[in-house]
Amino acid sequence: MPSASPAPSTDAPSRPASGESSGTAAATGPVLAVEDIHKRFGEIEVLRGISLEAHTGDVVSILGSSGSGKSTFLRCLNFLETPTAGTIRLHGEEIRTRRDRSGALRPASHGQLVRLRTRVGMVFQQFNLWPHMTVLDNLTEAPRRVRGLGRTDAIRMAEALLEKVGLADRRDYYPAHLSGGQQQRAAIARTLAMDPEVILFDEPTSALDPELVGEVLAVMEALAEEGRTMLIVTHEIGFARDVSTRTLFLHEGRVEEEGAPETVLTHPDSERLRKFLARHLH
Amino acid sequence: MPDLHGFGGQLALGLWMTVRLALSALGIGLVLGLAGAAAMSAPVAPLRWVARAYTTIIRGIPELLVVLLIYFGASVALMAIARPFGYTDYIELSPFIAGSVALGLTFGGYASEVFRGAFQAVPPGQSEAAQALGMGRAAIFFRIVLPQGWRLALPGLGNLFLVLMKDTALVSVIGLEELMRKAQFAVGATKEPFTFYLAAAVIYLGLTIVSMGTLAWLERRANRGMPGVRAS
Repeated sequence: MPSASPAPSTDAPSRPASGESSGTAAATGPVLAVEDIHKRFGEIEVLRGISLEAHTGDVVSILGSSGSGKSTFLRCLNFLETPTAGTIRLHGEEIRTRRDRSGALRPASHGQLVRLRTRVGMVFQQFNLWPHMTVLDNLTEAPRRVRGLGRTDAIRMAEALLEKVGLADRRDYYPAHLSGGQQQRAAIARTLAMDPEVILFDEPTSALDPELVGEVLAVMEALAEEGRTMLIVTHEIGFARDVSTRTLFLHEGRVEEEGAPETVLTHPDSERLRKFLARHLH
Repeated sequence: MPDLHGFGGQLALGLWMTVRLALSALGIGLVLGLAGAAAMSAPVAPLRWVARAYTTIIRGIPELLVVLLIYFGASVALMAIARPFGYTDYIELSPFIAGSVALGLTFGGYASEVFRGAFQAVPPGQSEAAQALGMGRAAIFFRIVLPQGWRLALPGLGNLFLVLMKDTALVSVIGLEELMRKAQFAVGATKEPFTFYLAAAVIYLGLTIVSMGTLAWLERRANRGMPGVRAS
């Protein structure tokens, strides 16, 4: 089964019956298309209409000061946060929503939500590994329960992924006995275990000691080179410039500036981005 | 060793009954406690009201009265149900079942609060990571939240169990021949109240010590992999 191997699947081969509505369009259209996402917490409008398209192999870095809405935006994409308005399409298939009593958009179909979440993985700032399970169990839990993988297949795949992130010798450790950098690499492997088509990174290195940041960025860079589609909320300007294919700068819930990282990050148009870069580039 | 006048075997039978009663009440209580905690944080308001009412009533009534109300109340209820079917004799609920239910209800009322607090203390990121991987509500509860909340709930539940074990003595009032009742029989026959009440006290104390040891073992097990707690 091809999905059991950690190898990149750049040309999206036989995925289990999911993209039925997209079919041929999937080959050319964007993997993820997000249109006009709004999010309001009570009186405060955190997101004021953000759109984004990511094609296979795109690495989009999302920058912005704290409070600019970048994490909220990322969390809306897999419905950890419910947007107040907007549409999300995966391979052209729109995630159907309905409005709940509070006015938030909830996914209308549980099956479709699960499918979205299995195909769009997420890596968290605080790793969120499950402390009561070993590293190996952290990796095999969702593939076994959600993808229905057998025990031996799941273990074989998890071992291959741990090898890839350099943690083969830590498979039987509990998360608490790993360094922050190792925990985040294990968390990335856990996300890869679902073989997602898009990976969302929510400030993956912000909780790490400075000397541990490099090892996590190296793993992410290797994923980018494989042709993985990634959306990365980060403060690592250097990484954004070197690795990403596109950069978004958010300010107060809107895209303030967008473009190729070498242009946007070296010749910013707006005063705000210039100031932001000055604060973060040392 | 004081002379038990041949009542040692009777006390042993009483001890066995006490242990069975405590364990079956514990089983009922844990299920009720989990259900109560789930209901308290349910999205449906009437469920929350029911859970609130349950814990309030249980915590507001003396355990002895709960035992009596369940024992006699169940008889009344069963007879009311049986009458339309033409059965008019007096129906008596077994004291063991009535006692298990009464003590289980009590345990469950307090355990709901313990579980609720414990589940709330599991960081939300734990469930979010599972959600982001596509896991469903039931899987998230049983695989992620319960094992971690369980660890936080254990000390509180252990305390409740120690209280429960001593409350089993209350079930002697409805005629269940557990340790307390056996001791009373022996006192009646030998006119040596101090000897037998002391013997019963020593046995209850022994049960408590065994329970505390078991609890410590369970806590060590539950804390595997956890940072900052004694690893052994």
